Amino acid sequence: MKEYTSLAQIRGALDEGLFTLPELTEHYLKRIEETRELNIFLETFEAEARERAESVQKKIAAGTAGKLAGMVVALKDNICYAGRKVSAASKILENFQSLFSATAVQRMLDEDVVFIGRVNCDEFAMGGSNENSSFGPVKNPLNPAYVPGGSSGGSAAAVAAGCCLAALGSDTGGSIRQPASFCGTVGLKPTYGRVSRHGLIAFASSFDQIGPITRSVSDAALILEVIAGKDEMDSTSASAPVTAYAGERDSAPMKIGYIEECIDNDALDPEVRKQHLTLIDELRGAGHTVEPVHLEELAYLVPAYYVLTTAEASSNLSRYDGIHYGYRSEAATDIDSTYVKSRSEAFGKEVKRRIMLGTFVLSSGYYDAYYAKGQKVRRILKEKTDALLEQYDLLLSPTTPHTAFKLGENTEDPIKMYLEDIFTVHANLAGIPAVSLPLFTHPENGLPFGAQFSAKAFNEKDLLSFAHNLMQRRALAKKEG
Amino acid sequence: MKVDDALVDKLAKLAKLEFGPEERSAIRTDLGRMLDFAEQLNEVDTEGVAPLIHVNPEKNIFRPDEVSESLMQKEALQNAPDHDSYYFKVPKVVENPDKG
Repeated sequence: MKEYTSLAQIRGALDEGLFTLPELTEHYLKRIEETRELNIFLETFEAEARERAESVQKKIAAGTAGKLAGMVVALKDNICYAGRKVSAASKILENFQSLFSATAVQRMLDEDVVFIGRVNCDEFAMGGSNENSSFGPVKNPLNPAYVPGGSSGGSAAAVAAGCCLAALGSDTGGSIRQPASFCGTVGLKPTYGRVSRHGLIAFASSFDQIGPITRSVSDAALILEVIAGKDEMDSTSASAPVTAYAGERDSAPMKIGYIEECIDNDALDPEVRKQHLTLIDELRGAGHTVEPVHLEELAYLVPAYYVLTTAEASSNLSRYDGIHYGYRSEAATDIDSTYVKSRSEAFGKEVKRRIMLGTFVLSSGYYDAYYAKGQKVRRILKEKTDALLEQYDLLLSPTTPHTAFKLGENTEDPIKMYLEDIFTVHANLAGIPAVSLPLFTHPENGLPFGAQFSAKAFNEKDLLSFAHNLMQRRALAKKEG
Repeated sequence: MKVDDALVDKLAKLAKLEFGPEERSAIRTDLGRMLDFAEQLNEVDTEGVAPLIHVNPEKNIFRPDEVSESLMQKEALQNAPDHDSYYFKVPKVVENPDKG
């Protein structure tokens, strides 16, 4: 079967009768089998996917199908789907079965999506390489010696390996965009509050957002259009109206600020820098205004992010008590050992590290010096970002300082791994939307890397219109060149 | 900030975690590194800045206090490691004084 990179193409092919949705679903199931050794899928929903494909095919024939009919999607293992297992790639939830569906999942089902399975990730979404999963690391489909990125590594790998058209991931500090960059896919983190977090297993509640990983910007826009919007199950979901993100696109010239501290960063691979500078020229050539802007606080973003997210995580993960659900230690003999042994045996190393740091920054005597300090730095950054986005429509930086790294390369030093997030945590700290676009290939290792654009809170419309036009122009140039 | 075994033990107790000797030494090193890293924040002048608690512009989301169906008892117990038809079961918490 030919490779399809957007739902529009697939719908065209379905309408022409080139294949049926059940046949397409079989194709993906076969692809999942062929790529087993990459350890992407924790579970496939074969019977259900086949059944839904049949029923959606009938709806397509009858002309009653929803917006996502024809789209086969994988779910990150921290997003709930009623009646299916969900484990956050943790031993503590290994056999947990969800009692309800996440709002994002339900909204996609209502638009006739087919969910094909649940994919691996870093435990509780804590990691940047997918090496922290209790169920083994995921390998990058473009070169299995390399990591796919994380924490939504399985989601990006599933899309890149052609096991599905799209996937849902979650992004707390770059967990959608970084793996998208490493696997050569589109990855969108929506504005904080744009998508309901109901049914997303909590890591850091003031940062977490569900978002799509896709092959095309139009599919990311379409998924966002379906999953966005107010939800009474999440009081932090925003009541701002949902625009038709996948609708008509504006191609007006944009004013873009590229963050100089990112482009000139010491950690940046020279090739990443070079290709971004070429992109800047290209954007200017296309009529956009592109100017350098400053984010002097860049070096403080990752420390602030880790102080705040570990605090929130230590609180969120206190619910795993070995009593109400999840793993209980066999060595539990009384109430305290039920908590302590169950948690200590079932949480992985990185999760325990973060719970410990979070417990520290929230503890009496240190709260103001660490946690409140982090919140103050967050305010400075947010105000700075809001001011920049008053002057500029979009901000540009690389998504990641380099391409994917090799498995095992970054596992010794936690700080080294944390610095992987240096360019992505900005959007989560400031609550703004950001997208990683698969624009570049590294000439030395042949691996992809992305450019990251961010916009004002709730302005996904302009962000995605611009991104779509840029990708189209690039594809055209490639064809002609 | 110096991280010693006493601090690790205190935090572990608060977090309901325990570490074997080897693990404890690793977590002590890691915590030390993480705190040094976090302490870079002290270089930022935050005089007069209020902590940012919500990035979201929404405030005071109220809803009517209406009774609605949530989880059934059977469902709520379904994922518990140990339960009977009505309750979550835990190891014995209170000793019977008559039995010494």
